Amino acid sequence: MSVTTLPAHRVALRQPGWIARLFDYKPFLIVMCLAPAIGLLAVFLTYPLGLGVWLAFTDTTIGKRGIFVGLENFQYLWTDPLWWGAVFYSVFYTAVATFGKFALGFWLALLLNNHFPLKSLLRAIVLLPWIVPTVLSALAFWWIYDPQFSIISYLLVDVLHIRSTNIDFLGTPWPARFSLIAANIWRGIPFVAISLLAGLQTISPSLYEAAMLDGASAWQRFRYITFPMMMPILAIVMTFSIIFTFTDFQLVYAITRGGPVNSTHLLATLAFQRGIAGGELGEGAAIAVSMIPFLVFATLFSYFGLARRKWQQGEAND
Amino acid sequence: MAWDSRARRVMMIYLPLSCFVLILLFPFYWMAITSFKPNAELLNYKEHNPFWITSPTIAHIKHLLFNTAYPTWLKTTMFVAVGSTTLSLFASTLAAYAIERLRFRGSPYVGLGIYLAYLVPPSILFIPLATVIVQFGLFDSPMALILVYPTFLVPFCTWLLIGYFKSIPYELEECALVDGATRLQILRRITLPLAVPGLISAGIFSFTLSWNEFIYALAFIQSGANKTVPVAILTELVTGDVYQWGALMAGSLLGSLPVALFYSLFVDYYVSSLTGAVKE
Repeated sequence: MSVTTLPAHRVALRQPGWIARLFDYKPFLIVMCLAPAIGLLAVFLTYPLGLGVWLAFTDTTIGKRGIFVGLENFQYLWTDPLWWGAVFYSVFYTAVATFGKFALGFWLALLLNNHFPLKSLLRAIVLLPWIVPTVLSALAFWWIYDPQFSIISYLLVDVLHIRSTNIDFLGTPWPARFSLIAANIWRGIPFVAISLLAGLQTISPSLYEAAMLDGASAWQRFRYITFPMMMPILAIVMTFSIIFTFTDFQLVYAITRGGPVNSTHLLATLAFQRGIAGGELGEGAAIAVSMIPFLVFATLFSYFGLARRKWQQGEAND
Repeated sequence: MAWDSRARRVMMIYLPLSCFVLILLFPFYWMAITSFKPNAELLNYKEHNPFWITSPTIAHIKHLLFNTAYPTWLKTTMFVAVGSTTLSLFASTLAAYAIERLRFRGSPYVGLGIYLAYLVPPSILFIPLATVIVQFGLFDSPMALILVYPTFLVPFCTWLLIGYFKSIPYELEECALVDGATRLQILRRITLPLAVPGLISAGIFSFTLSWNEFIYALAFIQSGANKTVPVAILTELVTGDVYQWGALMAGSLLGSLPVALFYSLFVDYYVSSLTGAVKE
């Protein structure tokens, strides 16, 4: 800011109108600034969340206002093998996919943390699976898993001669379950890798130097420096990953729509099938609500992970 | 040092790294190559090497652009993405400013509340939201998506921008205040211009996330013309028993391009703000 322009500015800034003066009243300004965000979230997030819980206790269908039926929906779900199947697959899907994403993502982060040419280009390329719309890459996987023209079958049968027949990836329950998990891991690796890479870069190199002087092996350096230092970030990224994997929808909907014989339904796809496609809003809402206990657990986990780093709260760190 | 020899470096770093890159990029290569393959080659692995194209064709892309509503879907998606990004940036910039710069009793809790909203996944909201959308008379309208997407964009952007505002020295605002500027003038002339890089990264994130969104667009939009690309490809292009793989892959490729291009223009912002957000 040069000195000569200051007086001119001062003149321009001198006479604030009544609106500007109103905005100078701090409580008013705070309310006005928060209003759009809080308003949007209240109308389209908090209210629907409450409404969803209410719907879960009613027999609402599309076109018909429901009446309160208490725990009926949940009692029905309790006896519904499809719901139990979805609970099983949701947990299995989350557990295996999260393990895969973190094992491979951590490995990739450690690899990317080395020095080599074209490093930033490589980091950019590696993020691609995460950037591209999930449904569109899911379609590519659907094509890769095609029963007749799968490129994986082609490699195994015609090029490597390991198998004699094509793999029926999506036609039978277990192969279909693992095919979806593989696609989910593929999509999740970049985010995990880049987030953990950020964590790796905050670890001071002097720790490693000191450990090297003390004669620590590569494994010991990883076990006693890298891993403990990464714990807070791992906890946070993992919470996010668990929540979004458990409530995943699009990958399964795009590739199998819950089939074959409902073996790949996640709670979200089952809720969609019953609630929107089947018109049973109350029952669909109950299925969606049945995800909440799991999510609360994951969120509490996240909160304590966050509190440990005074994460983004602006509290006591300035 | 012996263990850092060249051979070991190749085995421990370059080899696994190339495997990662190969696997992470293969589906895109496969998508691209399928888009340009004539049907004869597409379904005949015995006479044609599936990994290569001998006579590339743009028939699939032509079909997509002239025989389907694909251009309309692209336009709708663009409209929705730009609309919800604008709305979210507006709302979250103000919210982040209030939380980080105006500092009031309870501002950390408001920040935490908004952050927690990000953890409420769309899969538990879409059923009640569908009834809300119907009540508002917005069913089957792209406006519904523009209004609903901020539920996951605002928490994300606010969180990102709080971090950004934190990096702008407080003294600049104090000086302007002493000079007699109003709070709004300070916001417009000092804080916002300095926050532009943060706004850009928040914008990129929002645009990408709304371009990718699927479940709300699937649940709230019925008519073909109002569908977004991800939903339309899946519900309008996947028909019959014999899938038009060429056209499907061309559609996926074209639908991925805007995001990929947009992202590659700002990739440095993207990576640094992602890493920045994680770092604190």
